[in-house]
Order: sequence, then structure tokens, then C-alpha cells
Amino acid sequence: MASFACILMAESRIAVARSRFGQTSRRDAWWIELVPVVVVLGAFSVYATWRAFENEFYEWGPYLSPFYSPLIKITWWPVSPALLILWAPLGFRATCYYYRKAYYRAFFLDPPACAVGETRSHKYRGETAFPFILQNLHRYFLYVALIFLIILWYDAIRAFWFNGRFGVGLGSLVLLANIILLSLYTFSCHSLRHIVGGKVDCFSCVSFGRARHSAWQGTSFLNEHHMLFAWTSLFSVGLSDLYIRLVASGAIQDLRLL
Amino acid sequence: MPDATFKIFRGDRGGGKLVEYNVPIATGMVVLDALHYIQAHQAPDLAVRWNCKAGKCGSCSAEVNGRPRLTCKTRMDALPLNEPITVQPMKSFPVIRDLVTDVSWNYRVNRMIPPFTPRADVEWKMDQRDVDRVQEFRKCIECFLCQNVCHVLRDHDKGEQFGGPRFFVRIAGLEMHPLDGLSRTDLLKDALGIGLCNITKCCTEVCPEDIQITDNAIIPLKERVVDDYYDPVRWFLRKLKGKKRK
Repeated sequence: MASFACILMAESRIAVARSRFGQTSRRDAWWIELVPVVVVLGAFSVYATWRAFENEFYEWGPYLSPFYSPLIKITWWPVSPALLILWAPLGFRATCYYYRKAYYRAFFLDPPACAVGETRSHKYRGETAFPFILQNLHRYFLYVALIFLIILWYDAIRAFWFNGRFGVGLGSLVLLANIILLSLYTFSCHSLRHIVGGKVDCFSCVSFGRARHSAWQGTSFLNEHHMLFAWTSLFSVGLSDLYIRLVASGAIQDLRLL
Repeated sequence: MPDATFKIFRGDRGGGKLVEYNVPIATGMVVLDALHYIQAHQAPDLAVRWNCKAGKCGSCSAEVNGRPRLTCKTRMDALPLNEPITVQPMKSFPVIRDLVTDVSWNYRVNRMIPPFTPRADVEWKMDQRDVDRVQEFRKCIECFLCQNVCHVLRDHDKGEQFGGPRFFVRIAGLEMHPLDGLSRTDLLKDALGIGLCNITKCCTEVCPEDIQITDNAIIPLKERVVDDYYDPVRWFLRKLKGKKRK
């Protein structure tokens, strides 16, 4: 491998003039696509942090906020129980291939947009060094996310049972919509697509090849919409928590439909 | 239809400037037609590389109004004619003259990639479902627009450590080939520096063949590199079984 590197170093340097930060010949307002990412991700981060530390108004009747689920109450834990579990969804989203694109562009401006100059730096190391080399652990956050998914499905189903009787409140529907969107986001994950079949070169040569090919095709179909699910599930988590907070704090009453 | 004003880069490696030309516009015209008009009527020495004029040879890559594009697939009716249209050479490669750049670096990188190497006991028969996936990668026309727009090459000047999206597409086609028996993950990780890619998807945005470069080639290859180098459980199991990487 060293010889390959030598070839590259010896022959491949591309000597061309580089752009200054923000320099471009593009005519369109390239910066506009950064604005919603900065606003939404920024606002969500602030809201989620505040709610994680708030440590109240996270459950009402059969509803439990996704920020606090699974609810782990330990007597010696001095602060909010949300802080015990939020590392998992945070890690899953932070290492997600879609969000990486979004925040590298919007927050690190690396690059701010295609064919737009960025801060020139020969120290750029991409995802080869700490901390971004940890992005390679995305699949482990996926495994944890799959466990969380089961718990959140349990929460969503439980939200249809009021004092031991079946019922439908607006909160039940909000939590159901949330878990459906979270499931779509998780099952469209690039790492899952790789694990279920993407790493197979020859489906007709391996055990369960037909099933793995079908699984790979299914996740590939969902994967095409991964960005959509990433955003909609982010909104649904935030709105689910907000709804439960408003109901639990008495600011509004839960709308019972059945 | 009205005339269009073009500002075209004229110069060479030592420098140059944007020169203005007026071109009468006809229905169905593309930017390459306008460049040919300028060559025929106003600047016979204008250097433009082109071949098929059908979006299949990948020769006429340039930056039109700052966006990397094939000039033969950029229709004039898709551009605003109320202001001059700029046409500049691909920024990431050294200019030879006017709109022609030296892309030979790509061919040197290409030579580093071990070609298709069939498995030892291969049966020369392929199932359609195994072939479907790699056919997308064969659409590449080597226009090098993805290499041009990639910020690792364009802004960070990492040509000595990084292969670029075009060659990740080529390797994806080989790695996922049902009959190929060679692993190229060491090449990807070390010499071609796939870890430098931070998957910002500009390569996919500019691909004239609509190859899903990031989702279907680069990310799956990154996952294969994770399999071999960054997955602690797999590493532990390999140690336990005394196995080496593929």
C-alpha cells in the first residue's frame, strides 16, 4: 500500500488556484439551503436540551414523552432521567449519514455549498481522525436505536389505554405518528441497508440470499427517502414531547376522540 | 429569440480573463452550440474539448454560471438571458488553455485500482439480481464533474491522499461484482483516503448520469471499510477465530 501512496504523492498533485471563503461564480442564493438546517437543528437542540434538564411534565395518563422513554428512575441519580437515555438517539442522529451532510454544510461550512469556496485548510482530515472518526460507530447506535424503537412502540400502544380501557386521545395519535416516522427513519438507515444485504456481493451464492436481497431492496427503497424521514421524525419527536408537556402542565387539555 | 451575452474564460495556466461574446440564440440550443458559434464566427482560437455532443463522452465539462455541468446538456432556455452567462474551465484541474483542462491526474489514480479479479473457483454465470446493482456504476462517462466539485480536491487540495468520487464509483462496481474475489478496502482506507470524504453529496448533485454516487457507492464502501477496520466486535471475533481481514 505504501507504494500506492508514493505514486499518488509523486504524480498526482493538482496545482490550481483555490477560492477564498464564500467565493463562487454561482448566481443562485446558495446560502438559502443552509438557513432551515441551522434554524431547525439549532432550535431542536436548544429545546431538547432544555426539556432534558427540566425533569417534569413528561408524562400524563398513558402518555410518556419520547425524550424520557424508557423512563429510568434511579434514586441516587441526582438529575433528570432523560440524561440517562438521550445519548442513544442523539448518537444515532449525530452519526447518521444524512445529518452528517446537513451539519457539515450548515454548521461547519465544510463546504457551505457545492462549488462555493471554503476556508482553505491543509489540516483537513475529514473522518479519518478524532472526533469525526467516531462516525464509524453509527451501526452501534443503530443497534441501540432498534431497541428504543421497540420501547417506543410499546409506549405508543400503551397510549391507547386509559385506565385499563381502550380509548383514543389526540396524544395517542401523536405518539403513533411519531413512532411510525421513527420506524421509517430507522429502517431507511444506510448502515441497516448494509447489514441486511448491502455487504453481500452475490445474493445467489449465499445462504438466505433471496430473503437478504428482498430485505436489501426494501431498505434501499426506504433509504431513497432517508432525508425526508430524518426531518419528519425530528419534528414528530419534538412535537410529541411538546404536546405531552402542554397537557401535563395543564396548559391545554388532551382532546379525547374515543 | 434575443441574443445572449457570454463571458468566457480565455487564458492558460499562467492566467487569463473573462472575454465577452454575443451569440444569437435559436430554439433548442445548448451552451456547447453557443461555444461552437463563437468558434465559427468570433474566436476561432477558442479551445473547447468536446466529442459526442450527446452527453455520453464526458468531454465538454465546464462551469456554467459557477455550476459544474456538461455544456452539451445545458440548455440555453434554462439559463437567465438577462445577464451574461459565464463559462469557465473546471476549477479543480490545471488549465491547459481556455476551457480545456488537464485531467490526466485522474488517469494516474485510475491505474492504482486493481482491475476485475475473478474468484479462484468462479462459475461464469451471474444472476440478474446480482448484476442489477453494479450496472448503475457502469453508466459513468468520466466527465470528472464529481472530481471537480468535490471539496476535498477543490478546496483542501488533497489530491495526494484522496482518490475522489469517480474512483469510488469504479471501485464500488468492482467490489460489488458477484464474480470478483478481491477486497480493495485497504486501498480505499489508505491510499485513496475514503475517510476524507465527509459525504456532503456535491458529487451526486452534479452527476449528469444521475448516478447516486454518495448513497450507492461511497456510503456502502465506507461501511465495508468499517467492517474491516472500525467495527470493534468484528475485530474481536477475528482475533478470537485467528482470522485475518479478507
